[in-house]
Amino acid sequence: MKLLTGNDLGSGAVTWWTGNGWSIHVEDAADVGEHGEAILHAEEGARRVNAPYIIDALPTEDGPRPAHIKDRIRALGPTVRTDLTLKPADPAAGDWII
Amino acid sequence: MYTYDTYDQAMVDARVAEFRDQITRRIAGEMTEDQFKPLRLMNGLYLQLHAYMLRVAIPYGTLDSRQMRMLAHIARTYDRDYGHFTTRQNIQYNWIKLEDCADILEELATVEMHAIQTSGNCIRNISSDQYAGAAADEVTDPRPWAELLRQWSTFHPEFSYLPRKFKIAVIASPEDRAAMRLHDIGLELIRQDGALGARVFVGGGMGRTPMIAPEINPFVKADDLLSYLEACLRVYNRYGRRDNIYKARIKILIHEIGADAYRRQVATEFAHVKTLGIDPPLAELERIAAFFAPPAYDAANVEPDRTDPDFAVWLDQNVKPHKQAGYAIVNISLKPIGGIPGDATSAQIDVMADLAEKYSFDELRVTHAQNIVLPYVAKRDLYAVWHALRDAALADANLDLISDIIACPGLDYCSLANARSIPVAQKIATRFADMDRQRDLGELKLKISGCINACGHHHAGHIGILGVDKKGVENYQLTFGGSGAEDVSIGKIIGPGFDEDGVVDAVEKATEVYKALREGDERFLDTYRRVGLEPFKEAIYG
Amino acid sequence: MVEFRYRTDEVTEQPSVTLDAFLDQSNATAVRLEPDDDARALIPFLDRLTLIEVAFPKYRDGRGYSAARILREAGYQGELRAQGDVLVDQIAFMRRCGFDSFAPESSLNPDAVARALAHYDHAYQGAADAVVPIWKLRHG
Ligand code: HEM
Ligand code: SF4
Repeated sequence: MKLLTGNDLGSGAVTWWTGNGWSIHVEDAADVGEHGEAILHAEEGARRVNAPYIIDALPTEDGPRPAHIKDRIRALGPTVRTDLTLKPADPAAGDWII
Repeated sequence: MYTYDTYDQAMVDARVAEFRDQITRRIAGEMTEDQFKPLRLMNGLYLQLHAYMLRVAIPYGTLDSRQMRMLAHIARTYDRDYGHFTTRQNIQYNWIKLEDCADILEELATVEMHAIQTSGNCIRNISSDQYAGAAADEVTDPRPWAELLRQWSTFHPEFSYLPRKFKIAVIASPEDRAAMRLHDIGLELIRQDGALGARVFVGGGMGRTPMIAPEINPFVKADDLLSYLEACLRVYNRYGRRDNIYKARIKILIHEIGADAYRRQVATEFAHVKTLGIDPPLAELERIAAFFAPPAYDAANVEPDRTDPDFAVWLDQNVKPHKQAGYAIVNISLKPIGGIPGDATSAQIDVMADLAEKYSFDELRVTHAQNIVLPYVAKRDLYAVWHALRDAALADANLDLISDIIACPGLDYCSLANARSIPVAQKIATRFADMDRQRDLGELKLKISGCINACGHHHAGHIGILGVDKKGVENYQLTFGGSGAEDVSIGKIIGPGFDEDGVVDAVEKATEVYKALREGDERFLDTYRRVGLEPFKEAIYG
Repeated sequence: MVEFRYRTDEVTEQPSVTLDAFLDQSNATAVRLEPDDDARALIPFLDRLTLIEVAFPKYRDGRGYSAARILREAGYQGELRAQGDVLVDQIAFMRRCGFDSFAPESSLNPDAVARALAHYDHAYQGAADAVVPIWKLRHG
């Protein structure tokens, strides 16, 4: 599956296209199929996202997981500061990243 | 320390207003990201893996307690309570909001700080020797010169769209603590027949094509220096390659046309530029130098009491001789075993600011090894300083030892990375946690970069580690024999790469080979240079 | 099209010729320099020229800034025009390097340009304009 990701223009936070908006949780990401480019241009033009790009991902029980380690780290946060990730209270939250 | 006059302050204030205007236009959609990017980069604002990252300049690595506290304040207020001190003597914040950026710069401007030219294809923050003004071996204090260069290079109208970034370092000691010859321009201040001037090295750098800068001029007089640098940069701006970003640094120009041809072109350009009257009079250098006058030292010379063994170890490892009797240079390690090299919490930054105010004539330095220096501590205060540092978990006695690792942010933070650097640093430091073992290994500079851009100086590591992407999996190459000091050299790749644990094992094996083969008081680097790669390769791959 | 001009003389009507064409026939009074042309080739002819147009095909290519200064340092008094991918936030630097007219490819907001030119009262270093560098103000 293909995901569309980027950063929020104002806050810089990593965001994922959900099909009708943007979420900071990769679990909310929608498969953009062949439409990635078109959505990317529209959303970037409307300044709802900065530096967007399309990535490969795999569907899992827990939601989509980016194929590349870089985007997996983006999805949760730095592996060396689990306290700063999106799931600071859950030590196992990053088990799928590496 | 240098203090802004109304002109300096007006420049920085105007910059904040200008950037605020630019951010407003970007958020309002009057600029595309492509147009905004070079502007935000010239204000040190990157878009990184998780958020915007702001790089704040610490010119030539010197700051006072008020400025240090401001760095803590920004970490607390606008970021996630910590900052990352870099090899270029700057500080980076990893979680900045674009919307906050102008406010942050405005706060920085109140303490004479800024993020000007900390990125972009312009002349970057000038780096220097962290022991400047305190080192026993210096010819003169390099900081007035660095400040002169800071002013000359700030908003330089001709050199703000160079082919690539441009880094200048200034030192004034035979011992090179600033990796001077690995800069685009390295200046070594020297005295010739009583007159001060600079040896000029051009075309060093790391990245994917590491090069040691050749000497381009053995002596440029102080009052010719800016004209000479202007000539060096003009030749580069006109003829540096712009067709390939990887070949755009000045080192490639000099490599392609040769140092002699470059030297001749600069000489011709200099003969012309010198007629333009762009060199400030020596009175300007003297005006600046007056701010760097030696502090009011106390004449008492009280040796510290060494009975506390932990304190004695720290004294031997982290405290360096001072040019003033009764004083010492204190190195604060930001490399706790298992910690993140170069990171400090806002509370730790505040502690260091307090100590500087109380014990170091209000001054601190940031080093290219990602540590902090208190440059003027009276020996009688060393024990009190050590105690306070220990309470803040800042008293690791590992300066220049194997756990004093330089590591770039790597794939945990950097969007250009191929592999993570920090976890490798943590594992190596943990493996060698035993202080006696580290001290037995002696000086061993280990440097890690997460990709070929070499922000972690791996080419200059006695042991260097480079993260590469091997079909989507993190992999690490080892290099041996680099040095960023006066015995400068570029490390060589020893063979096939390793996974994370494999590279830690390989480093350990290398230290064992060293222990078996060392003679006298040879460092790892000396032994490697004497015996060559073979014995190490055999132990690691054999 | 020239959008911003900071001179009072008449606009040259003559179309500009390439540097090679100029050096060949050389009765033109207007020349266009590409980034890899050597501005110094024009030095013997400067008093005959009324317009030198410097091309900026990409804003990131800063060679034209050096070309402009070289021409001004050699005494060129005529119109010096920056043409191409010229952006608001570059105009102040270009003015300092000696450009006095601007023909941006995509039109610029005049208010933004005026603001950009007004941000700084001083400059640290001497360049091709009349601004007195700060070190000189400090030392009289
Ligand atoms: C996280 C954001 C960073 C990015 C995007 C980044 C980007 C780069 C790039 C692209 C280069 C190669 C330039 C070239 O060869 O032309 C480079 C070199 C360098 N960077 Fe970084 N860097 C980052 C962080 C850092 C940090 C944290 C440090 C200090 C620890 C640092 C210090 C350096 C140094 C010393 C060089 C080598 C200069 C040379 O090639 O001579 N950078 N950086
Ligand atoms: S070396 Fe590579 S991974 Fe490390 S900070 Fe520089 S660009 Fe990022």
